[in-house]
Amino acid sequence: MTRETLIIGFRFVLLLLIQTLILNRIHLFGFLNPNAYLLFIFLYPVETKRANFLIVSFLFGLCIDLFSNTGGINAAATVATAYLTLPLIKIIWNSQDLDFQLFKLNNEPLPKTLVYISLLTLVHHFLLFSIEYWSLREFGTVLYKTFSTSVVTIFLCILGLYLTKKGASTHY
Amino acid sequence: MQQIAYFIEKYKYFLLFVLLEIIAFGFIIQSHSYHKSQFINSANAITGGFLNKTVSFFEYTTLKEENLRLSEENAFLRTKLGLQTAALDTVHLDTNLVKNQYISAKIIANNYTHRNNILTINKGTNDGVHIDMGVINSTGIIGIVNQVSHNYATVLSILNNNTKINARLQKNNYFGTLTWDGKDYKTVQLLDIQRQANIAIGDTIVSGGKSILFPENLPIGIIKSFEASNKNYSNIEISLFTDMSNLGYVHVIDNLDKEEILELHEND
Repeated sequence: MTRETLIIGFRFVLLLLIQTLILNRIHLFGFLNPNAYLLFIFLYPVETKRANFLIVSFLFGLCIDLFSNTGGINAAATVATAYLTLPLIKIIWNSQDLDFQLFKLNNEPLPKTLVYISLLTLVHHFLLFSIEYWSLREFGTVLYKTFSTSVVTIFLCILGLYLTKKGASTHY
Repeated sequence: MQQIAYFIEKYKYFLLFVLLEIIAFGFIIQSHSYHKSQFINSANAITGGFLNKTVSFFEYTTLKEENLRLSEENAFLRTKLGLQTAALDTVHLDTNLVKNQYISAKIIANNYTHRNNILTINKGTNDGVHIDMGVINSTGIIGIVNQVSHNYATVLSILNNNTKINARLQKNNYFGTLTWDGKDYKTVQLLDIQRQANIAIGDTIVSGGKSILFPENLPIGIIKSFEASNKNYSNIEISLFTDMSNLGYVHVIDNLDKEEILELHEND
């Protein structure tokens, strides 16, 4: 039981409660619930065992489903997103000069972080809504919901990332 | 053999990923089949408890509308009562004549933004709520009880692909099936209405008597728009009386004759 595991566990519970008890009740413009629980995936340390990461993100998605009665759609989308994190990091940050031990998303420069978060969020939301609607006829609705919800989710995630940042502001 | 081991070693993360996705899709498929979503639903003590606790924070935001709705319902019922006592000097109260019992419950998790919406209420088997009971409020139909635990139950909202409710026109007896296309939570669709039905915009739609879950003549909504061809009507849009985005207290209907009716149907 290391410090890292404790932090992950704490984050698991906190984000789960924030998502299911607050964000799922927002219904912005009558249809929009941001899925800021993705912050769990973004903040998960990269260097830890990948198998654990996949299983933990599956369980995390499943817990979200448990609260919102959505079967397993959040679990499916979250596992896919978790699986894509490492390849995407390798593409966006040049994998040769990347130290996975020291890699922390909230210490990286904003442009790259923004691209990384946006891509993963779009993929996640697209999968989420595609599985939810499961029909080609509703493709327009899926795209519309994907983009509109992603904008709010990305904003909230960046905000969350900077609020949890250990940096200049906490040094003094 | 060695090659298989090599293959597994090389693609172990991908295989794990595929395995987890298969499990997730298993849950999804199960959740779509009515009454089989045993594992992943919020009708259990932990999620139900949490949702119940937090709803009390948000309750105050809808209190005003809830009071207004109650007051309107009271006024309506009082008018009805006035009509009856004027005609009768004795009110016959016999529990044998009661067909439906109503259980009051509170929505503790409302959903209307998903494709298939499921609500959670704070009453379960301990209060007499069972699977397949209709749920209504004063303005119309809400849904059907899907899963129950001791203290909580999930309700298949009418805003769900799997909910099919028998509905008919108030002015004549032509009936159809109520479904939802997943687009707007204020409108649902009415299918299978005969061309002879002679419908018009503004016609009231009520629950049909075919269903044993809902009593007849519960208000549902009015016809907003439709298209007519020579043979049939299509795209009949119904705007709901109930504001599904703002649900507070609801009533679960216990049809006391249900078992008798079901027994009859089985004998057919």
